[in-house]
Amino acid sequence: MLLEIKDLHAGIEGREILKGLNLRVNKGEVHAIMGPNGSGKSTLSKVLAGHPSYEVISGLVSYEGKDLLEFEPDERARMGVFLAFQYPVEVPGVSNSQFLRLAYNEKMKHLGEEELDPLEFNDYLKEKAKIVEMDPSFFKRSVNEGFSGGEKKRNEILQMAVLEPTLAILDETDSGLDIDALRIVAEGVNKLRSENNAIILVTHYQRLLNYIEPDFVHVLAGGKIVKEGGKELALELEEKGYDWVKAVSGKP
Amino acid sequence: MTASAVTETIYTKDFLEFIGDSGDELAQLRRAAFDHFSVVGFPTVKNEEWKYTNTKPISDARFEISDLNSGEAPIERVREFKYDRNGVTALHFAFAEFFVVTIPAETSIAEPIEFKFTNGDGHARFPHLIVIAEQGSKATIVESYEGESACFTNAGTQVFVAANANITHYRVQKESPDAFHVGTTEVTLGAGSLYDSTNINLGGAIARHDVHVNFTAEGGEAFVDGLYMLNGYQHSDTHSSIDHAVPNCISHQTYKGVLSDKSRGVFNGKVFVRENARGTDAQQSNKNLLLSNDARVDTKPQLEIFNDDVKCSHGATVGQLEDEEMFYLLSRGINPALAANLLTYGFAEEIINKISIESIKRDLDEAVLNRLHVSLEV
Ligand SMILES: Nc1ncnc2c1ncn2[C@@H]1O[C@H](COP(=O)(O)OP(=O)(O)OP(=O)(O)O)[C@@H](O)[C@H]1O
Ligand SMILES: [Mg+2]
Repeated sequence: MLLEIKDLHAGIEGREILKGLNLRVNKGEVHAIMGPNGSGKSTLSKVLAGHPSYEVISGLVSYEGKDLLEFEPDERARMGVFLAFQYPVEVPGVSNSQFLRLAYNEKMKHLGEEELDPLEFNDYLKEKAKIVEMDPSFFKRSVNEGFSGGEKKRNEILQMAVLEPTLAILDETDSGLDIDALRIVAEGVNKLRSENNAIILVTHYQRLLNYIEPDFVHVLAGGKIVKEGGKELALELEEKGYDWVKAVSGKP
Repeated sequence: MTASAVTETIYTKDFLEFIGDSGDELAQLRRAAFDHFSVVGFPTVKNEEWKYTNTKPISDARFEISDLNSGEAPIERVREFKYDRNGVTALHFAFAEFFVVTIPAETSIAEPIEFKFTNGDGHARFPHLIVIAEQGSKATIVESYEGESACFTNAGTQVFVAANANITHYRVQKESPDAFHVGTTEVTLGAGSLYDSTNINLGGAIARHDVHVNFTAEGGEAFVDGLYMLNGYQHSDTHSSIDHAVPNCISHQTYKGVLSDKSRGVFNGKVFVRENARGTDAQQSNKNLLLSNDARVDTKPQLEIFNDDVKCSHGATVGQLEDEEMFYLLSRGINPALAANLLTYGFAEEIINKISIESIKRDLDEAVLNRLHVSLEV
């Protein structure tokens, strides 16, 4: 088991948002998490990545057999946890390539592998950029600064390609992407999908799942997983809306 | 001045030796300046303009003044230097060592013209750079200061940008953290001229830089940008005044400060828009990043506007590293110390990034990165 979340209660600023969440993810799997606005999807993502504003009240998160909650955010990242942000942050003055090379080398250091110098890394980056069809002109620009909404999302997946995480959580990566970009980015994610990693896709739309076929679909509502199923569940949701889930699960 | 008592100072002997019996106009000006210094002495914190910068460690110290050299200088330009601003400028002028560069009319010089002023431990030095950009000329000037341990550099710079001339000016002060540095820059802009300056302040135990920009004809544009990056017990003070005395000129000022440990920064920027200066466009901003609870900055942007037909804005901020930016870097596996350095570098980059000459940019990048102990080559 790559990730096991047991009865997780977590919140922010004294407000409980996740109220007993359970989730099990194996390597090689893609899990889609859907659910109404404000149900706690981003909260779950941030908690897994270790955002300091979120507070874990109780519950367990085990990742590769370790207690994930014991680790600092940067340690988690080096251990292979990656969060593609719903709202990627702009980092003025730091170029994309500087940023990515430092992040990449931190991970290599952690793995005891060879670090890349700027020239070597540039070649590596060019290869990775092809996966998401990202123009190299973005390498020199400050991280996300002045990027359009869609460009930011694409940049997140470029980072995923560079860092090759074991567990990638993509928080609404599809929102903000135009039709072509959605296809390109989704195909990129498919290329990165392997037997050695797992992906959690947070999304509102079936559209994305047409490209990236999930093995499991979970519905998060009111801080809990209220329904689970295969990829057909997403289609059903699209048709019937969340009221249907709330009705069957008996939860408000 | 004659009415006040001229007292003997620790500089008197050196000055008399230096000035000898020369009687030309320059020598007379120097004598007047030295008398002024002897009367007013170093500025004290009672002086509003110096209230945050205590010069006592400088005035109390004795410096060796040797190999004094007057250099050649065009007297009609030298005369314009306001040595009587304060005791420091007066002392500077008394001993000033002149360096002059003239960019002939309608001439464009691609290679940057560099002046590197070094100073040795325990020595005082008084460099005075005069840049004369004749009509329609274009050049880049690099003025840099490097000094060992406890030296005292008291510098002056005059920049004359004639009509339609275009001067890019980098002033880089990277003396040792034990050094004392005081510098005064006077800029005069003619019609349709452009003056684009970047002032980098990294060194000095006590460092002070005063910039005075005067528009003398319509259509002038000036950028007065700067960065101070301080750590340990460093103290750095920038005072600027931008005088829109004539209509239709543009000034931009962006100063950034990065302060760690127990360092202290001071920024005081005055922009004057005179009564007849309609069509003025003046922007000023000072942003500070405090990396320690013991660091401190006093910032005071000031606009004095005496005309309604103007576009002016000013603002100052003092803040810390952004939590969300920090988390973003951490979430990519970058360790907290490196992440903080990277964000700090990013903050300072706004100033360095605009530098168009690659070699100078790289040099400054390196100075900033050394300060942060990061290697970021790309
Ligand atoms: N700093 C905060 N203070 C108080 N409440 C917060 C804070 N941050 C988030 N919340 C609340 O937590 C709840 C869950 O938010 P979260 O972002 O996890 O929802 P989400 O499922 O990702 O929604 P969406 O589909 O709109 O992205 C929301 O009601 C939100 O308002
Ligand atoms: Mg969300």
